[in-house]
Amino acid sequence: MINKADVIIIGSGVIGNATAYNLAKAGKSVIVLEKDESIGDGGSTRNGGGVRQSGRHSAELPLAMYGVKNLWPNLSEELGVDVEYYQEGNLRLGKTEEHLKVLQGIVDRSKALGLDLKMVEGDEAREICPYLSDEVIGASWCPTDGHANPMLVTLGYYKKARELGARFITGEEVVEIKKIKGKARQVVTKENIYEGDKIILAAGYGSRKIAETVGVDVPMNPLLMEVLVTEAQSPMFYQMLGTAEADFYGHQSTHGSFVFGGTSGHEAFNKDGGIHATNSKTASAVCRGIMKYFPDLGDLKIIRTWAGHLDYCVDGIPVMSHVEEVPGLILACAFSGHGFGIAPTVGMLLSEMAMDKETTLDVTPFRYDRFKAKI
Amino acid sequence: MSKINDRSKDIGKFIPQADDDTIICRCEEVTKGEIRQAIHAGMFTLQEVRKYLRTGMGLCQGQTCGKLVKKIISQELGVSPLELESAVSRAPMRPIEMKVLGNERKG
Repeated sequence: MINKADVIIIGSGVIGNATAYNLAKAGKSVIVLEKDESIGDGGSTRNGGGVRQSGRHSAELPLAMYGVKNLWPNLSEELGVDVEYYQEGNLRLGKTEEHLKVLQGIVDRSKALGLDLKMVEGDEAREICPYLSDEVIGASWCPTDGHANPMLVTLGYYKKARELGARFITGEEVVEIKKIKGKARQVVTKENIYEGDKIILAAGYGSRKIAETVGVDVPMNPLLMEVLVTEAQSPMFYQMLGTAEADFYGHQSTHGSFVFGGTSGHEAFNKDGGIHATNSKTASAVCRGIMKYFPDLGDLKIIRTWAGHLDYCVDGIPVMSHVEEVPGLILACAFSGHGFGIAPTVGMLLSEMAMDKETTLDVTPFRYDRFKAKI
Repeated sequence: MSKINDRSKDIGKFIPQADDDTIICRCEEVTKGEIRQAIHAGMFTLQEVRKYLRTGMGLCQGQTCGKLVKKIISQELGVSPLELESAVSRAPMRPIEMKVLGNERKG
């Protein structure tokens, strides 16, 4: 077995797979290593599927806007898998004057960066989505936002990259990156050794432990978030929804079911012990959040709930960076729960970085050495 | 512990079978042929087939089709069904209305 490739990618999430696809398409040999037995079994297939520009950090917004303009519209065709992408807009809802202030702040910041985002009155929001409760007094509205199916995007990138010759190996847990002659070269797993000219570390929170083996640290924490899905319903609305209070977010899928995520407020104090277990409090809290905005959905049955880990960075934006002290290593982690919507753009940028090309968009805000103490 | 599984290994070509139109997942109406094709597209675990085709994601949550899907994957990959992990069961046990699950009042 030849364990050498131009690029070794650690992690088969949506970021790793999108990068593998772009590299394989450019004719590079790629090996993707995944510690779990299934491809993309972390946050990549467990998130709420938002393809959102509104509310993005200013550093991430150009990536989101580039993807929405250039990559998302053709993704299904490119991958040969219908990824259920809808571009029906995003409503972020408010019920109090406080909420409206929060929303106005988001609108002002995003508009300054060139995003088409505006405030609408309660009635205007109800014209866009007639099922909203009368309690909604205003919303922010971004007509070019949308959503897609995260499972199909993650597995679609995998399927297409594999077709193009990328090699994926599951059940391969990476324990160490080894330098040879001052350059990152070997990826050591529990049972094998792989070699690549470039090594991309895209293993979510798991990246922290692996980066440590070459003396690099990314300040991030795992954060367990939960999502639920309802029985199928005839089509009601296809906007992506969120709230100023961040008590829930979600959308209706092609299948007809509603996918809603939300929080109980206890996420940072979860006793999960590293497993993806749901908490008995969360789904109930999310249901109450949903019913405040959509009273009509109260009779809808919850079919399934699940949980997944974010890799939450200290400043809330990703690390996507060459590492000067470890030439050959590229970090791609700490996406902080908003990696899905920008994944097609990130896959493109990381492949450019791995081929030593100039990147289409500026990646300097995502440097690994940006973290400074507060005083 | 997960076993090492090279996704580029040769599992042969997809050959149509007479019963490919048989519905395996009744809730989501997924056929045997669709499952076999997904395996040939690289979906080697129950978890992956489930996420790719929705087998076992419907009202019964795979209680009916779980074993059948496992058997199809094991036959297609030429491994024992014992080597395949079942898809994870998820709460709630039975479908439950939002207004019931969201109700915290006692009695």
